[in-house]
Amino acid sequence: MKRFAELIMKLATTTKTNAKLEAIRAYFSEATSEDKIWVIALFTGRRPKRSVNSALLRASCMQAANIDPWLFEECYHTVGDLAETISLLIPESDIDTKDVVEYSLSHYMNLLRNIGKEDDDVKALFVSEAWTQMNRSEIFVFNKLMTGGFRIGVSQKLMVNAIAKTTDVSPSIIAHRIMGDWNPATISFDELMSTEHSAADDSKPYPFYLAYAIENEVSELGNEDEWQAEWKWDGIRGQIIKRNDELFVWSRGEELMTDKFPEYKILQELLPNGTAIDGEIISLATPSEEGNFAPLPFSALQTRIGRKNITSKQLKEAPVGFIAYDIIEENAKDIRMISMLERRKKLEEIISKINVPILHLSPIINFNNWEELINVRKQSRDKGSEGIMLKRKNSEYKDGRKRGDWWKWKIDPLTIDAVMIYAQKGSGRRSNLYTDYTFAVKDGDNLVTFAKAYSGLTDKEFAQVDNFVKRNSIEKFGPVRTVKPELVFELAFEGIAESKRHKSGVALRFPRMSRWRKDKKPEDINTLDDLKMMLKIFNEQYSSKVSE
Amino acid sequence: MPLIEFSNKGLYCPQGNFYIDPWKPVDFAVISHGHSDHARWGSKKYLCHHDTKPILQLRLGENEYHSVGWNEPVFMNGVSISLFPAGHIIGSAQVRIEYKGEVWVFTGDYKTEDDGISTAYEPVKCNTFITESTFGLPIYKWKPQDEIFEEMKNWIYTNKSNGKSSIFIAYSLGKAQRILKPLAETGFPIYAHGAVYNMHTTLQSAGWALPDVKRITTETTKEELKECIVIAPSSAEGSPWMKRFSPYATGICSGWMQVRGNVRRKNADAGFALSDHCDWEGLLTAVKATGAEKVYATHGFQSTFSKYLNELGIEAGEVKTEYGNEEQSENENVNSEVVNSEL
Repeated sequence: MKRFAELIMKLATTTKTNAKLEAIRAYFSEATSEDKIWVIALFTGRRPKRSVNSALLRASCMQAANIDPWLFEECYHTVGDLAETISLLIPESDIDTKDVVEYSLSHYMNLLRNIGKEDDDVKALFVSEAWTQMNRSEIFVFNKLMTGGFRIGVSQKLMVNAIAKTTDVSPSIIAHRIMGDWNPATISFDELMSTEHSAADDSKPYPFYLAYAIENEVSELGNEDEWQAEWKWDGIRGQIIKRNDELFVWSRGEELMTDKFPEYKILQELLPNGTAIDGEIISLATPSEEGNFAPLPFSALQTRIGRKNITSKQLKEAPVGFIAYDIIEENAKDIRMISMLERRKKLEEIISKINVPILHLSPIINFNNWEELINVRKQSRDKGSEGIMLKRKNSEYKDGRKRGDWWKWKIDPLTIDAVMIYAQKGSGRRSNLYTDYTFAVKDGDNLVTFAKAYSGLTDKEFAQVDNFVKRNSIEKFGPVRTVKPELVFELAFEGIAESKRHKSGVALRFPRMSRWRKDKKPEDINTLDDLKMMLKIFNEQYSSKVSE
Repeated sequence: MPLIEFSNKGLYCPQGNFYIDPWKPVDFAVISHGHSDHARWGSKKYLCHHDTKPILQLRLGENEYHSVGWNEPVFMNGVSISLFPAGHIIGSAQVRIEYKGEVWVFTGDYKTEDDGISTAYEPVKCNTFITESTFGLPIYKWKPQDEIFEEMKNWIYTNKSNGKSSIFIAYSLGKAQRILKPLAETGFPIYAHGAVYNMHTTLQSAGWALPDVKRITTETTKEELKECIVIAPSSAEGSPWMKRFSPYATGICSGWMQVRGNVRRKNADAGFALSDHCDWEGLLTAVKATGAEKVYATHGFQSTFSKYLNELGIEAGEVKTEYGNEEQSENENVNSEVVNSEL
């Protein structure tokens, strides 16, 4: 555990990719096979189910540190992280840690896998005893393993490269092998890295090829003829795989979502074995026919994810389809290295053969020159899309986010000017700093809250706003401060939907601060009516599409 | 009439007609120590400890200064004013006020651990105790300084083996002097930022035996600076001035580094939770040692700390002052203006 905690601390205190790479490489060159497999699992989001809840951790900590709940909460709001708060409050052990048996990461992970079934008393005892055997950073890391939400700042790509350095396998093969459905408790490191295992896992998806946002003028991409343009759809990127008569649906977040989308069930019969299709899981208005579909806003799809059981009402109100971008496996053969034009031909064949209303081909946008495409892009919102994708016609299907062949070219976000009225301290690198804000628009003489945002400002701006909050807070409700309505920000967002949960009646998609409007006063901000008008226009764009 | 009132200019003693650490110009200011949020410009007369005087002269220029030793009372209209060591930085004092047998003590900034360079903190019995509470939460529990110094030295060796210089971000008055001795023990040359260097020479000429540091000038070559040790104030952090040390690693020495988020926010390579303030236990020990019937907590987590004291059965209230900046670093905002003007 000590070595693992040291690794985490090293990763946390550097922002340099090379230093992180070296830290992981060094860890892998020393660690046992059992520990290695757990690190890969943890770093790729394969954490065991949360077995000890935070209330129990809180209670055990308060007991060990002999403090009252209110004082614990004060500490928690200052630190901004439960695991760390506890690690700072647990009294340093009387036991000389040098004499304590050093338990490994896998030792604790295996215990954590089974502790879920036990009574709270047993859990509390297990946790408090473990704490006495650890130093502060170990306690922190151990708590993190229990509480989840562990952002280590290690991308899949980085870890893959580090493993590649300690094995003789190329990064793209490793990237593929560590995907899919495997259990760190039952598989060994060597097994995971072996070809046999890869072949045995029918569900195993391919690493997604992800695009960077286009940075320069689109014309700098060169000759138009080399590029294919498609709409960028706003759903969940996914892979549909059929192998050995079984169907698997993976999200880009490597979540197996097959059961969440019964609409796809029909593909189990229709798709040939040994097929993997990359595309967008998206809500589509019914009825939709081949080649003609109408996407619903992301908020519709949102009603479907995160639910265990899908009701027939949801199936009716937010039916789900799949817009296919690419085919990466055909006849059980990995075809990622052939050119996109050839892959596209194969994709078109397969989709026209199947011909079902839930599976669509991503339409190609025809354009003769960049000028034309710039104009087409302006219709993105009317199409229910969030911009354009540009892909080089002869590109391979790469793994991970790579520059050069695929670019996303999103439309400008919607914006609104609003005033900040509540502030709350952030977490992680923003702990003890007011960085999470709630914004309001005007409604007559009143202010109505409608969105929260906590990104988009520079560190320096955050420090200035933090200073403002500390000097201008009116009331304190637990961690939240009400603030003098004075600072005006332009919020950018990708969509707007009706919401019964919010007082304002609207919910925004991806709100963030796009500009600090120091030039504007609270009197100058937008109104609730402005928001409602935006909602109306936004909805009309979609419904007009449906009626087409 | 209370012995000390909390006025909009600072702590005021109406009977003696003087202020302690006023944040606006007044006729007579008693100064606890030389940090810029406590020692401000513009007052007519200043009273401070002998060791603080040269610091005030450097920072505030020539003024009418009256300096005294430890426990040497000065009388103002029947009120006795005397200074006792606060252990915060060189010359830092607690201010003890006595009138007709009633005693109030204002701590200024203080710490209970003896750092070997500031005169060690001494508890002072009083009726009313006004204490800072910069780190008044139980998450703040300092390691003994020798342990932290060891970590700092090991960090220097690691950086050296990676071919890097080690830059310590430390407040130019206090922390910079405190870390000098352990850094000098490594035997590597130590370079100082101008702000640190000015304070260093001032203290040296006042008679303090400090290890030598080198000033960085335009003539200092890149070769000399290779794998060196640097002490710089927070204003230098991330500035173009730092480029000359490249490749380097930065380590911040501050109590705020106790929380990981602060280290990450600063993009520092290392954080050393070395503080010149009391930790939670330190504050509690100090409060109890005074035997005070009434405690006022100020700058820091005053509401939390005073609430906790009340629960312990010690009557406590909170006072808003303009020292520190609520929950902020000694290296941050409030002092940054002053640090900058020193450059």
